[in-house]
Amino acid sequence: MALEYDLLNENVKKCQYAVRGELYLRASELQKEGKKIIFTNVGNPHALGQKPLTFPRQVVALCQAPFLLDDPNVGMLFPADAIARAKHYLSLTSGGLGAYSDSRGLPGVRKEVAEFIQRRDGYPSDPELIFLTDGASKGVMQILNCVIRGEGDGILVPVPQYPLYSATISLLGGSLVPYYLDESENWGLDVNNLRQSVAQARSQGISVRAMVIINPGNPTGQCLSEANLKEILRFCYNEKLVLLGDEVYQQNIYQDERPFISSKKVLMDMGLPFSKEVQLVAFHTVSKGYWGECGQRGGYFEMTNIPPKVVEEIYKVASIALSPNVSAQIFMGLMVSPPKPGDISYDQFARESKGILESLRRRAKIMTDGFNSCKNVVCNFTEGAMYSFPQIRLPTGALQAAKQAGKVPDVFYCLKLLEATGISTVPGSGFGQKEGVFHLRTTILPAEEEMPEIMDSFKKFNDEFMTQYDNGFGYSRM
Amino acid sequence: MRRFVIGQAKNLIDQTRRRPQHNNLNLLSILHPSSSRFFSDMSASDSSLPVTIDSINPNVLKCEYAVRGEIVNIAQKLQDDLKTNKDAYPFDEIIYCNIGNPQSLGQQPITFFREVLALCSHTALLDRDEAHALFSADSIARAWKILDQIPGKATGAYSHSQGIKGLRDAIAAGIEARDGFPADPNDIFMTDGASPGVHMMMQLLISSEKDGILCPIPQYPLYSASIALHGGSLVPYYLDEASGWGLEISELKKQLADAKSKGITVRALAVINPGNPTGQVLSEENQRDIVDFCKKEGLVLLADEVYQENVYVPDKKFHSFKKVARSMGYGEKDISLVSFQSISKGYYGECGKRGGYMEVTGFTSDVREQIYKVASVNLCSNISGQILASLVMSPPKPGDESYESYIAEKEGILSSMAKRAKTLEEALNKLEGITCNRAEGAMYLFPCINLPKKAIAAAEAAKTSPDTFYCKRLLNATGVVVVPGSGFRQVPGTWHFRCTILPQEDKIPAIVNRLTEFHKSFMDEFRD
Repeated sequence: MALEYDLLNENVKKCQYAVRGELYLRASELQKEGKKIIFTNVGNPHALGQKPLTFPRQVVALCQAPFLLDDPNVGMLFPADAIARAKHYLSLTSGGLGAYSDSRGLPGVRKEVAEFIQRRDGYPSDPELIFLTDGASKGVMQILNCVIRGEGDGILVPVPQYPLYSATISLLGGSLVPYYLDESENWGLDVNNLRQSVAQARSQGISVRAMVIINPGNPTGQCLSEANLKEILRFCYNEKLVLLGDEVYQQNIYQDERPFISSKKVLMDMGLPFSKEVQLVAFHTVSKGYWGECGQRGGYFEMTNIPPKVVEEIYKVASIALSPNVSAQIFMGLMVSPPKPGDISYDQFARESKGILESLRRRAKIMTDGFNSCKNVVCNFTEGAMYSFPQIRLPTGALQAAKQAGKVPDVFYCLKLLEATGISTVPGSGFGQKEGVFHLRTTILPAEEEMPEIMDSFKKFNDEFMTQYDNGFGYSRM
Repeated sequence: MRRFVIGQAKNLIDQTRRRPQHNNLNLLSILHPSSSRFFSDMSASDSSLPVTIDSINPNVLKCEYAVRGEIVNIAQKLQDDLKTNKDAYPFDEIIYCNIGNPQSLGQQPITFFREVLALCSHTALLDRDEAHALFSADSIARAWKILDQIPGKATGAYSHSQGIKGLRDAIAAGIEARDGFPADPNDIFMTDGASPGVHMMMQLLISSEKDGILCPIPQYPLYSASIALHGGSLVPYYLDEASGWGLEISELKKQLADAKSKGITVRALAVINPGNPTGQVLSEENQRDIVDFCKKEGLVLLADEVYQENVYVPDKKFHSFKKVARSMGYGEKDISLVSFQSISKGYYGECGKRGGYMEVTGFTSDVREQIYKVASVNLCSNISGQILASLVMSPPKPGDESYESYIAEKEGILSSMAKRAKTLEEALNKLEGITCNRAEGAMYLFPCINLPKKAIAAAEAAKTSPDTFYCKRLLNATGVVVVPGSGFRQVPGTWHFRCTILPQEDKIPAIVNRLTEFHKSFMDEFRD
């Protein structure tokens, strides 16, 4: 046999990605057997009934089949502004959706992204420093591939984190340098923790090269304050780290105290020397927000203070993949320049968008409150993003049962939850957590009308589980 | 898949914390003064920024991809300048013959495919009576069929990491219809184009520079770039230009032995059939020898078959390596085989959609789990591309409403490609010092230029490779963009360039004229 397990690249074997790991696979099996499964393992809104926004779908349908634009009856099926927009985007391509674009993405779309960033932050943005990618994940992988030379290179990653980071660092043979978010402070970030993590890594001979922040957080949902962002940028300046700002959930904000502020805006606000010397790469996507167009695979990254020669190298690597998919580039263009008041489609677009965001806000609260009403469950409020990350205080009886079953405790809990209720979650161990503290991640995406039933189902299972395994000998820490 | 181990992010973190015991020694050697330049925390000589050209992954610096390299950058600048400075140039447009990107040069997409895609993009259309006036009945039926295979009809949702099951079923059925041997939808991994699949396999196969991949020379530089990025070694095997770019097993054996003697473990053999840039279509006998070679030597056969629908000569036919292996009686236990297919080529030319798949056979389940795992980190490939891939592998059949127009479009495109291939080949062969093998398949011509000594000297003076020198001159004189042979590698001392056959037919005479004129004046200038 030519390719045996033992001969595989060790980095591949080491890498883990729990979001589609054991729980998801078990859930899929149960689904095949006929059990009703509620998949809350991944931020995949359309899979849970969220409808796509109408306007972008109209535009892209026209771009898919440009011959429709020549048909005299096209106005019966498509509003005039969708028709105009389709023509606009087609004119930006060199041969429609079926031609490779510039490897960085269509210049016209990148210009629209730059204009969006400028409107959002109040500072100019250069389209030449914006690269469109097949989803934000690809962009993250490209940048980390550039930064990581070997296991001597460390990347600061929040714990808990979205396991794209740990998986990619593994695959690239780098070192993950964890910094712990503080659950008791609403998953807040303490710069002292950061300093400690960096010092520890350096004492082990690791060269810390970059710092990842996920804002709003995944799985934790916290929104960073401006003060926090300033501290982080100052820290990166002092420690000579490139900041990787995963900002894919910037549209998903469910409280008013901490609206989203981009890392770039804060950096520019800080002025010299920071604004010219701190290196920053920020990521965005069409998969989240109120768009939820995960299946399109559309994203971008914007580089700040990255030397031109390095930008060239990143461009070179991007060119090997030829180009990101063009349909998603159009979705991105539409996302950054949506219908404006006065446009024919504006009212419907605004109504659909508002509806989704307001519902997400309500669901964030329903879920948080629901978890907090359960025995031995404590849940921070979902300030942003799409997830709830409750802490499950497992009694020692459960820890023992898990050990006997050969499972990590939160995996054990989540499997039991799945089998009892059909709710498919991701155990906290998939994201990293403090030793001996257990969580699970679920999304806030199930339909609003189904939420109460889902939370009841969870509560029933949880409270029975706790009673079953509660032998009075204590609980998992915190 | 049951044995899948749950997320060990915590373990990875714990490993990082436990590092001091066993890793200090390794890190000390890394921090040895001779290599401290790469791993120093101190500022590099010219910059205090953390990410500079001196501190990025050296594999990134090493890798190259000429298809979109230097010449293309020059062409883009020229194109920009042409907008305002038309009179400064002896041509009025840049014609990009550097890249297999048919629809950018006027090729039309297949109507039926785009009808289905449009309906799947905006499913509300299916509920409108007016749709029947704008779309063919079978495209509407196919859209419904596809949507029924997608949970919740949600085309905007992440799918299964291998791709939507129903679409994989259609692809498997298409493979079976093509080959006459069964295909398993679970063997199919759908990707954003074929290229990510190639990267995945390189990642799996390569652990260090001691791992080698046998690649044809000349080759499509995705392979050399991917191997470089993953830190492996490219082990070249030379195709024989004199025999129509034939592949000799003796050459494979020789290179394999050579690699072994250098301490390289060869893990796989990459074969591009039909070839890129060389265009040859392998004979079945050749393919059997290759299969036997891989089986005997324990190599994974990586079969890049993206040009399977592009065959232009009556004496050759495409046979998939899977079909060949199975007809030799070799099954899952005999040969590890990965076949790559794409929606970018053929007669559909849907490059910008990024769709493709790899069919992975002959691997144990624990290896397949790893492939799945790597695929899952990126969640899934784009749904629109997945839909197209299924359409490509199960197009309209005789009797379907769209069949007639589909076949007319398909045959129109393919016969035009064959014609253009022949026209350009003949024109190139007329040029002094140029010989050009016929394009039996794929989308390229790869003529050999016998460059005079004076030209080679001029190139050296300009600090550029001779074929790059020629191609730059060609670009500046004619506006035609081609890729120098050194981007694909070639037998040392020989020079080539790759030109696509894709400009529309009405542009071909002008291209031939300009090329002929340029070449004559080039030879006049540099003739020995």
